[in-house]
Amino acid sequence: MSRIIITRRGLLVAGAASIGSTLLTGCDPLFGESSMRPLLDFGQWMSLHAHRVLLTAQPLVREYTLADISPAFPPNGTEMPDGDDYFDLVSSQFAKWRLKIDGLVLREISLSLDEIKKLPARTQVTQHSCDEGWSAIGQWTGVPLAYLLKMAGLASGARYIVFHCLDELEQGSFYYESIDLFDAFHPQTILAYGMNGEALPVQHGAPLRLRVERQIGYKNAKYVTRIEAVDALDHLGGGKGGFWEDRGYQWYAGL
Amino acid sequence: MAVSEQAATIGVGATPARREIIYRHSVLVRLTHWVNVLCLTLLLMSGLKLFNVHPALYWGNYGYPGVPTVLAIDGMLDRATGQPVGNTRIGDRNFDTTGILGVTYDSDGRPRRGAFPVWATLGSGLALARDWHFLMAWLFAINGTIYLLAGLISGHFRRDLAPAAAQLRPRHILSDIWNHLRLRRARGEDAKSYNLLQKLTYLAVIFLVLPAMVLTGLTMSPAVTAVLPFLFDLFGGRQSARTIHFITANLLVIFVMVHIIEVMLSGAFNLMRSMITGRYAIRPERTS
Repeated sequence: MSRIIITRRGLLVAGAASIGSTLLTGCDPLFGESSMRPLLDFGQWMSLHAHRVLLTAQPLVREYTLADISPAFPPNGTEMPDGDDYFDLVSSQFAKWRLKIDGLVLREISLSLDEIKKLPARTQVTQHSCDEGWSAIGQWTGVPLAYLLKMAGLASGARYIVFHCLDELEQGSFYYESIDLFDAFHPQTILAYGMNGEALPVQHGAPLRLRVERQIGYKNAKYVTRIEAVDALDHLGGGKGGFWEDRGYQWYAGL
Repeated sequence: MAVSEQAATIGVGATPARREIIYRHSVLVRLTHWVNVLCLTLLLMSGLKLFNVHPALYWGNYGYPGVPTVLAIDGMLDRATGQPVGNTRIGDRNFDTTGILGVTYDSDGRPRRGAFPVWATLGSGLALARDWHFLMAWLFAINGTIYLLAGLISGHFRRDLAPAAAQLRPRHILSDIWNHLRLRRARGEDAKSYNLLQKLTYLAVIFLVLPAMVLTGLTMSPAVTAVLPFLFDLFGGRQSARTIHFITANLLVIFVMVHIIEVMLSGAFNLMRSMITGRYAIRPERTS
């Protein structure tokens, strides 16, 4: 009996010593990126699947009234895409701009801004939460993504919707984002061309930006110019499904 | 915990009747306690990193630079002297916190801008801090659920944490406070159960502070509030929830600090042993 206790105590001491030495040598090897990645990915997997169960009934996020709109709305990421192309687009009021929908679709579609504005629209006053911690409330008007996807018709095998953007947040890397069909067909997932009752400002992604209301800031891609239906994300950009995802951020950002 | 049929009473040394060893903590309490230590440590450190990314707290639904803050920690250079200054703003009052908050010094004495010092944070960047925070939140939630269910089923809460009727008599409450102020430790039969202040503190942490921590954390998730929008109303908005999350984290830090001080004052070896092996030595009553 006493031998068991001694063994157990020995184990406890050894365990405490190893934890202690790890802490003394610094946390980086223990809590660094590579060694813990599988565990951290498991945490992300837990959050995604728990949220999917919670959101099975596809509830809407809270919508606010016009009086709730915050006095300001900080732009984040790109506030003005570089280059002559975007300059020409803005100075011609996006007359030559077109939204392309392609990839795994039955019918490729190309729409002008005016054509998009004639489609059924949805207006929603919602909260925008940045992963940094701040949040703002704004009103968005746009066409539901589900409507566009039904126009194009998804081919079998389509699992993700990718949003290609006009802005290079880093030299040579155009911004892009992706969501899966669960979020793509949510009624509040819209491509907005209006903000707070006016045309979408340049700093907020003119002429068209994504609003995916159940996820945080960086998923809401600005300056969207092409929507692509794909079966997998690994052949795009860095392979993680988005500009920030390629830089270590979570693909699922519902929290 | 109170001497019951499961309490193994073993005589020790030459005076078997004097020093009694009881079996104080069940395996489940001990295991969940240490998992909780791991979770709260990493949650705090990654949480401080998350705070550092946007070191300002607001009240209401929205908050961003320019909106009045409840708390803001900032590092800047003094306009006149060029010296680094750490400033902590609570409401509309400013406090110079250079060296502690806002501006801290690394081991080489170089000033570093940032609300909380780097050594207190976990995660080299926001993405990694988020990963750690959410992973540990899962472990904390699962661990806490196991603890709560086990505590209800085994009667741990009723038996060990619910104040006994005798403890609630005004006379007893006063003497309990008086004993705490004199740092006087329980002996004999009294040492076999928690005292009133201890029970109330544990109950408040388990059933008030920790649930508030979890719920305010959930309120910051746009996916969770799609399902549970009443969380916004419960806490007064997303930014209020973030502020309360920060305040409750501070309450937990204070609780842990008091907890550790109490352990050190009340016999660190004995109490550590009781939380590791379950066995706790009762100090005998003073004779005469």
